[in-house]
Parts: sequence; C-alpha cells; structure tokens
Amino acid sequence: MSAREQILARIRSAQVPAPATGIRRDYSHVREHDDRLALFVARVQDYKATVIRTPPDGVAAAVAKCLVDARQVVIPPGFDPSWVPEGLDIVGDQPPLSASELDGVDAVLTCAMVGIAETGTIVLDHTAGMGRRTLTLVPDMHVCVLTADQVVGDVPEAVARLSASVKSGRPLTWISGGSATVDIELSRVEGVHGPRTLRVVLVEPSTT
Amino acid sequence: MIATRTFVGMPPFPVGAKKALADSQLRANIAGATQTIRAKRARVVAELDDFEQLRAAAADIKDEVLGGFVGYLQQAEASLTAAGATVHWARDAAEANQIVVGIARGHKVDEVVKVKSMATQEIELNVALEAAGIAAWETDLAELIVQLGDDLPSHILVPAIHRNRSEVREIFLREMGKVGMAADGDLSDEPAELAGAARRHLREKFLRAKVAISGANFLVAETGTLVVVESEGNGRMCLTLPEVLISVVGIEKIVPTWADLEVFMQLLPRSATGERMNPYTSTWTGVTPGDGPQEVHVVLIDNGRTKVLADPVGRQALRCIRCSACMNVCPVYERTGGHAYGSVYPGPIGAILTPMLRGVGVDAQTDSLPFASSLCGACYEVCPVLINIPEVLIHLREQVVDSHRGGVPGALQAAMTGASWTFGGGRRLAALQTLAGLSSAVIGRRGLIGRLPAPLSRWTDARDLPAPPRESFRKWWTRTDGGLKETGLPAERHHPGRGPK
Repeated sequence: MSAREQILARIRSAQVPAPATGIRRDYSHVREHDDRLALFVARVQDYKATVIRTPPDGVAAAVAKCLVDARQVVIPPGFDPSWVPEGLDIVGDQPPLSASELDGVDAVLTCAMVGIAETGTIVLDHTAGMGRRTLTLVPDMHVCVLTADQVVGDVPEAVARLSASVKSGRPLTWISGGSATVDIELSRVEGVHGPRTLRVVLVEPSTT
Repeated sequence: MIATRTFVGMPPFPVGAKKALADSQLRANIAGATQTIRAKRARVVAELDDFEQLRAAAADIKDEVLGGFVGYLQQAEASLTAAGATVHWARDAAEANQIVVGIARGHKVDEVVKVKSMATQEIELNVALEAAGIAAWETDLAELIVQLGDDLPSHILVPAIHRNRSEVREIFLREMGKVGMAADGDLSDEPAELAGAARRHLREKFLRAKVAISGANFLVAETGTLVVVESEGNGRMCLTLPEVLISVVGIEKIVPTWADLEVFMQLLPRSATGERMNPYTSTWTGVTPGDGPQEVHVVLIDNGRTKVLADPVGRQALRCIRCSACMNVCPVYERTGGHAYGSVYPGPIGAILTPMLRGVGVDAQTDSLPFASSLCGACYEVCPVLINIPEVLIHLREQVVDSHRGGVPGALQAAMTGASWTFGGGRRLAALQTLAGLSSAVIGRRGLIGRLPAPLSRWTDARDLPAPPRESFRKWWTRTDGGLKETGLPAERHHPGRGPK
C-alpha cells in the first residue's frame, strides 16, 4: 500500500464524525472605523515605518522625499510613470536582475494591492508595478505607493479583495512594517533580512 | 557542518524540571520573556470586540477539516498538482526525511537553507540531511542561536527564549566564523546589533542557496495555497531566492478555503507574538512562472497525526496552529522552561501532543508529560482554537495509569487509597495532621520539605512541599473555641459557629 493510501485508510478508520453544526461565523466581516485612513497611518507608524499623505499631484514629490537617501532604485515594470520623480538613478528588472545585483541596489519603489487599517498592513500580489517577490525583499529600503481606495478596515475585507489574485495563482506578500525580530528577550528589533526601512506614500483624493 | 542535537534520551519531566529550577539565569530569562509577551498579547486581543467569535470560528473550521479529512486532503493534492507542485506523502519521519534527502541529492547540493519549521524539527530532518552530507542552515535568528550554540530549542516560536542577550553575543562571537562570515570582534549585546550580525552572516548563504526547505502554517485545500507567517524576512528569502523549494507540511495544516484565512490571520499574530500583524506573511500556489522557485515540492506528513485523530478526546489537539500562547501563560513552563519537557513541543500543548504522537505506555519520559501541569486552565483560556488542554491532560493521565496496570499497585494508587482512608474520618485526619506537625526532622530550613522517604519520595522528588504548620486548623479551633479565646484579638470580630465534629 502506498503512503498516500495508508494515510487515507488510517484517517477513514478513525471515523471522525462531521461537526453537527456548521462553522460559526458571527465575527465582524467588516470593521467600521471613524477615520479608516488615519487609523491605517497610525498603525503603520506603530511599526516605526514612515507614512506621507499626499494628493494625487504630489505623489512624485512625496516619493522623492522618501528616496532622498537612496542612490540607485529598482522600479518594477508596470509602475505608474507619473509617480516617478525626476533625476533618479533607476534600474529596471528586464531582464531579471540576479540576487547579487539586487543586493547592490539601495531601494525599491512599488505600488500595492491592498492596505489594512486595523493592522497597518500592505499586501502585494506581485502584478504590474509590484514586481517579482525578491525585488521588495533584497534591497534595504522599500517605498510603497498606496491609494486611499485600496485601504480596507480589517483582514476579512482584505482577504475578500485578494481572493481573485490567489485563485489566479498569484503569490502574495503581506508586509507590516520593516523586517523585525523578537528572538532576543522577546523585544521587537527592526531590521533583520528584509528591507530595514519601509516608507509608505498614501494617495488621497483632492478635497477640491 | 554542525551536528544537530536531538531530544533522544532526555530524562522524564520531574528530572528535567529539577535541573531547570536550579538554574536561576534560565528562570530569569524565561520569566522575563513570558511576562513581556503575555502583556503584549493581552493588549492586542483586547482591541478586538469579536475575539471570542473568531476563536469559535477557528475551532469550527479545524473540526470541519477533521470531519472531512480525506476529501480535503485529496482536494489539496489536486489543487497543488494543478498549480505545478509535486506532492509527496510520508507515513512517518523516516519516510519524510528520505523524500527530502532524495530531492536534495537529485540536485547535487551539499547545503540547504531552512525556514523555521516545527514539522522539520519533529522529524529531525537536519540529522538526516547531515547523515547524507548536506549542511542544513537554519535562518531564523533564534534557530540560528540554537544551532550555533549546539543547543536544543525550548519554545516553539522563540526557540532561544532561554538565552539572554549576552549569551547570544558570546555564541555569535565564538561560532559564526567557524561556519561562515564571522561576527565583528567589537559586537555589543544590543539586540539590534546582534540581529545585524545575523543579517550579514546569513546573507551570503541566502544568495548562493539552490535548495530551500520550509514548513507551512496553512495549506488551503481549495486553491493549493501554502502560507508562511514570519517576522524576519528569512522566510521570504528561502521561499523566493532558491531554485527548488521543499515544504514539509503536517496533514492537519489544511484549511478548506482561502476565505478561512480571514479568521486565522487575525488570531495567529495576536496569539503568537502579541502583534496586530506579524511583519511578513508569504502565500504561494505551486510554481509562479518567472518568480521564485520553479521546482516546488510539498511533503504531506502523518507521523502520528492519524493516531491523534483516532482519539475522540485528544483529536482536538490537531486544531493547534503552533502559536505558543499556551506556553507563554503556563505557570509550569514559566518556571521550568522548555527543555524539561524533553520534546520539540514543550509547554501545555507539548504535554498533550507529544504523548499522543509517540503513544503512551512506551517510555517513562513521554508518560511523565501529562503530569507536567497543575491543571490551572490558563492554557485553555488563551488557546485561539479552543483546545481544552486540561481535559486532554486528564484523559491522557488515565491512559498512562491504565497502561501501567496489571501488576503490583504503584505508589500513586497506594497513596490515593491511603488518602481516602484518611479523609474518610475526621479523627484520622486530626491524628495524621498532629503527626505531620511534629515531624520537624524532615522540614528544611526554608520551611520546605525537600525529600521524604520512599514511597512518598515519588511525590517529593518532583516537588518541594511547604511544611505543615506546628498546629493544625482543627487543633487551633478546639483550643481557641473557634478563635474566641485567641489572645490579643477583639472578641466581637469573631462569629462563633459550629466547630468541626
């Protein structure tokens, strides 16, 4: 008998009854916040990441401010060119950069798919403007542009929005602050293997 | 290469506990760390008004999987295969190790990088890889500390919780240079600097690795999606840079649908590190063309899980999402640390999971684990998937006792018989208490009884007893007429009632 058949046979012989009642799902599916964007900003800042709020015509300037201490920046294909400030030393990812080449780049500039206010999380599904997964991992600084309509209240709304990406086989990266560890005396220390600096640009509709 | 230590041949819990309790540095490290994390957890849990509903949903989702296990496993296998992954099945640790070593050998590598994984700890994969001449580099900071320190993990989430910063510094200075990039000689014991040393040490290993090995926190049956929840980014490095990825996944890691993660992604980070969200979570579905490993293997392991499943009381332990909240609140774990449990799964969950995975009645070490608890129930109160650990502990104690029946009654049974005789009559109890009060010869200087002669030594070998008072309550009641004749106290504060018969 193959391992597969034997494991399945062991499970059948355990005769586990199906639960009598269905799955209780009376938790909040939508979390209402008085000011969703303000909460998102505060929660991202809790992770010691920087957030700049800007109207649509100020994105390039905000990005420039974030990248002020970076010499060379990798920008993945599909990133909105109107968000890219003048005068950057830009590296493309076509053909794909090797891991060592990426290690020599100072920063990466991407957009994102979803932001989560309650947890201060940004999620990338690595489609246009977000690049391969290693692009946002190896460089030491990640600058991420997110629009206000991408920010949801909490995890269930994010999981729903990400469903189509997952079902079409896209990988996801959920990012909550910079790389960190609690492995020494359980105190949170920023900066291990991922980017040590995370800067988020939040694009809000103009009030006029 | 580093020779990995294992838990084989560890002593029973009381022996390990006694050793741990005598180590004041260890006790200070563990107490400090668990207090920190308990406070953090309580704060972020209190922020959600539906945390209890989330726990109930999580328990139900996991029970749903166990109730339809065969179907969900077949669905997961089909989804993974359709997404370009190769699925392997392993009945036990040896079979799982053989599969992983075989894949690594097929790629002619002499090293692999590893993401922290309880499943690979459980099957002692590193030992098997070393035997095959393949170095397994642990890349999680705590796992690195354990590996470099020739040590054993003592916590499922923070395996080096028993080490403080100055011990970590010493290990890094002494060992890093032997297996790769050395730490700077002027390294301080600041956690940020220590993390920086690990970053530099491991980066060259990440950049050159061809094969990575991971576990998974969840496997979504509907889509074949694997999920790794982490903090440092070492997971992301291993999951995206190498050409080949092998994930070793316990069959109970399944959740039915993608949407079910909305529950677990709220519960796990809060229960584990006390954060609203962990820094990084990676999800991937088989092979992604042009992004990450182009050869993806998933090894589904049983290794005792179907034995747990066959136990109607114990099977709830298969809901476990390895968050470690139970050990962080456990008064026993807080005092002994993880090594005393002699198992990769320490603390309350380990005290039930290890005996069920290994089977009771086989060795004294395993049989000691269900007794490594005061049954206070704190673990059940925090468990995000509502595992009633005290219930399973009592159930397993029965099994251990039953497995030792059939010969001369053990000391435990003799003591219980004695207790029922004593408590059965008030005068017998009074007489015995008088006797205990007079036995000052056995009472130590701190007012503790350290050791009693056999068969009572079975009890005192594991515990120090507070010494009985010189006068029992019953004698005090009789002498003072229920406190009325106590000198120096106003009589009106006392309410004479019926004395003991």
